[in-house]
Amino acid sequence: MKVVIFSTCIVDLFFPNVGKAMVEVLERFGCDTEMPVKQICCGQPTFNSGYVKETQPVFRNQIDALLSIDADYIVGPAGSCVNMLREFQVQLKDDPEYAEKAKQVAAKTWEFSQFLYRVLGVLDAGAELDATATYHRSCHMTRLLGERTSPFVLLDHVKDLKMVPLPHIENCCGFGGLFSVKEPEISKQMVDEKVDDVISTGASVLISADPACLMNIAGRFNRRGEKIKIMHIAEVLNHNVDPSRVKYVPEAERDELYAGGYNQGFTQSDVKKEVGA
Amino acid sequence: MTIKTSNEPFLTRLKESEQDTFMQKAVAKAQDAQWDKRTAARNELGHWEQWRDLGEQIRQHVIRYLPDYLEEFADNIEKHGGHVFFAKTDKEASDFIKHLAEEKQVHHVVKSKSMVTTEIDLDKELLKIPGLSLLETDLAEFILQEDDWDEPTHIVFPTLHKNRDQIRTIFQKLGYTGDNDPQHLARFARTYLRASFLKADMGITGCNFGVADSGLINLVTNEGNADLVMAIPKTQVVVMGMERLVPSLKEAEVLDNMLARSAVGQKLTSYCSFSTRQVSGESDGPEDFYVVIVDNGRSNALGTPFEPVLQCIRCGACLNVCPVYRHIGGHGYGSIYPGPIGAVLSPVLRGYEQFGDLPFASSLCGACTETCPVRIPLHELLIKHRQVMMNKLHTDKSFNNVIMKGIGVATSTPAMFRMALTADHVAMAPLTKHAPITVENEYPEGIIRKAPSMAKGWTDVRDLPEMPKHSENFRSWFKQHHKEQEAKQDD
Ligand code: SF4
Repeated sequence: MKVVIFSTCIVDLFFPNVGKAMVEVLERFGCDTEMPVKQICCGQPTFNSGYVKETQPVFRNQIDALLSIDADYIVGPAGSCVNMLREFQVQLKDDPEYAEKAKQVAAKTWEFSQFLYRVLGVLDAGAELDATATYHRSCHMTRLLGERTSPFVLLDHVKDLKMVPLPHIENCCGFGGLFSVKEPEISKQMVDEKVDDVISTGASVLISADPACLMNIAGRFNRRGEKIKIMHIAEVLNHNVDPSRVKYVPEAERDELYAGGYNQGFTQSDVKKEVGA
Repeated sequence: MTIKTSNEPFLTRLKESEQDTFMQKAVAKAQDAQWDKRTAARNELGHWEQWRDLGEQIRQHVIRYLPDYLEEFADNIEKHGGHVFFAKTDKEASDFIKHLAEEKQVHHVVKSKSMVTTEIDLDKELLKIPGLSLLETDLAEFILQEDDWDEPTHIVFPTLHKNRDQIRTIFQKLGYTGDNDPQHLARFARTYLRASFLKADMGITGCNFGVADSGLINLVTNEGNADLVMAIPKTQVVVMGMERLVPSLKEAEVLDNMLARSAVGQKLTSYCSFSTRQVSGESDGPEDFYVVIVDNGRSNALGTPFEPVLQCIRCGACLNVCPVYRHIGGHGYGSIYPGPIGAVLSPVLRGYEQFGDLPFASSLCGACTETCPVRIPLHELLIKHRQVMMNKLHTDKSFNNVIMKGIGVATSTPAMFRMALTADHVAMAPLTKHAPITVENEYPEGIIRKAPSMAKGWTDVRDLPEMPKHSENFRSWFKQHHKEQEAKQDD
């Protein structure tokens, strides 16, 4: 199965380890990975700032790049950016040339953890991590992409990993893209509460499926001189892997899981208690 | 008070909010408690998502046929002997009511909670009439009035920013001598207010929903004060936003149900009444009945991408889930409509000059859109506002605008991005401070503690990872890795 890696600009610029871990896990499960070099960014920095028109070329470039390699799937390590790729079809629905291409992109794009669980049917990735950890749920992955399950299921199966629920898991960490730069006064208070909540769990590792949220929370931890270890979920699932531990979801449940990956956001309201959280 | 509650710049208000730790704790506590109550009340109803579909359809339908429903509603009010006045502006609305009070030689006005009367600054206008007394009878509004007309900070819980000790101090000015027990405080207010109801000759209420096919006014409260305001005085004035209609009682039932669960986490509020002018042969209810329907900027939204904002039923749920409201409170927004709904609605009503900061005061986390019972896409409307403002800025050469356009070009031009990736960031080197690193696995290359320009907002608050060298970034690794894979396959 051929998978195009949607690297995301944040991983390209800052976090090679996240990209490496993702590629290694995917290859372990039989994916041939390819990375189109012309890809850049999902366009959120400008789009969410109101530069909607200026972002159209960003969308188009990204679509051309991702479709330049004929692959079965497109997989990325950030829930928020993946959601934006799926939303291209909404933004370009009146574009005679790109409407159809945007639909093709949306139909085969998945966030890393949901791809593993819902498409490949992986239940236990065979990883081990002897630690107490908590999970930060990104707003866009949860509410817009509608993915509330996959990371929790996968983490629950990591050997020796003890997951502690994060209080106020429903609250934003204060990243919000350029919000963090434009409104530092508000963003600071939000991330401070998040840091306090993480500390209150006693966890020594903070995990998430969105490197941008992690960059924000980690940045505040470090500024405050507080200790924590940051891990992207791909790094956790790539840690001390023993292939004999790998387990799959029963065949009979796969179709439903797959369909659940197209839960396009806002279907459940106020769901506070997550699976495994 | 008009829509605007403060003349201070946005940043000043933010600073003040940040220092108001009491307010922040109170809001956080209320949000957390409401989260559980609201979720339980919605779950108990079951099929919440389908209810939301229905709520959205009802409200969209009404907005689409608003002129027709307004006409039907007004006809039915008049059929019962009531009067309808359409006010284009806040001034027209408050002038009309003021003249009415003068004409009827009103001495004592009692009011029940109504955001739209705050919006048109009605209290202050009426109090200009010599000899006229006016009393807010909703407990929270009463507290604000007695605290020298303090600003409300929430559309459902206007005194969220006050604690029981502050309230006790306010009541002491009225002769209260008891302790800070909320029950004792409420009992004192109740006795104080009772006397006013009996002597009032004009009652003013808001309106949760106007029922078009019957001309009934639907009000939901938990204190029952609105019912007294309607039942006792000879003259009643109902003030309502022009969008607050439902076709019939059937739709009112659906929306009341959703409103109570969303606003306060109850099945239904303690009082839910439908009323109109006094029916002949009955002893209570107003003899003179006026309905003032207020536009005051609402029609700006009609036919625009902002039209969905008129679906709002003012439940306040979006404030109760908003992480920004959680920290900056109502005062931070500087509008009587704070939170996500306020950030969308205030610029629609009053423009960007006054409220252009608000659409940016959001991380676009979508909690509001997720909770809204009538499915207003609040966070998308915030982006729309940003878009409108940025289009206006089109020719603007301000620093940020130029940078943003630059980012737009850089993120759509592969060669430029690759150049950025291949440059080893020597230029960044002097920015790196040898500050201690306490966070593991995030800063293999070190941290940046003080960055210039756009990134300053970031490093004002938190550390930034230093970028890996070109040879060590993800793309270089992938290229190398691919070569190795291929070599393996060739073997
Ligand atoms: S926008 Fe929606 S959630 Fe917010 S007050 Fe209005 S109806 Fe309630």
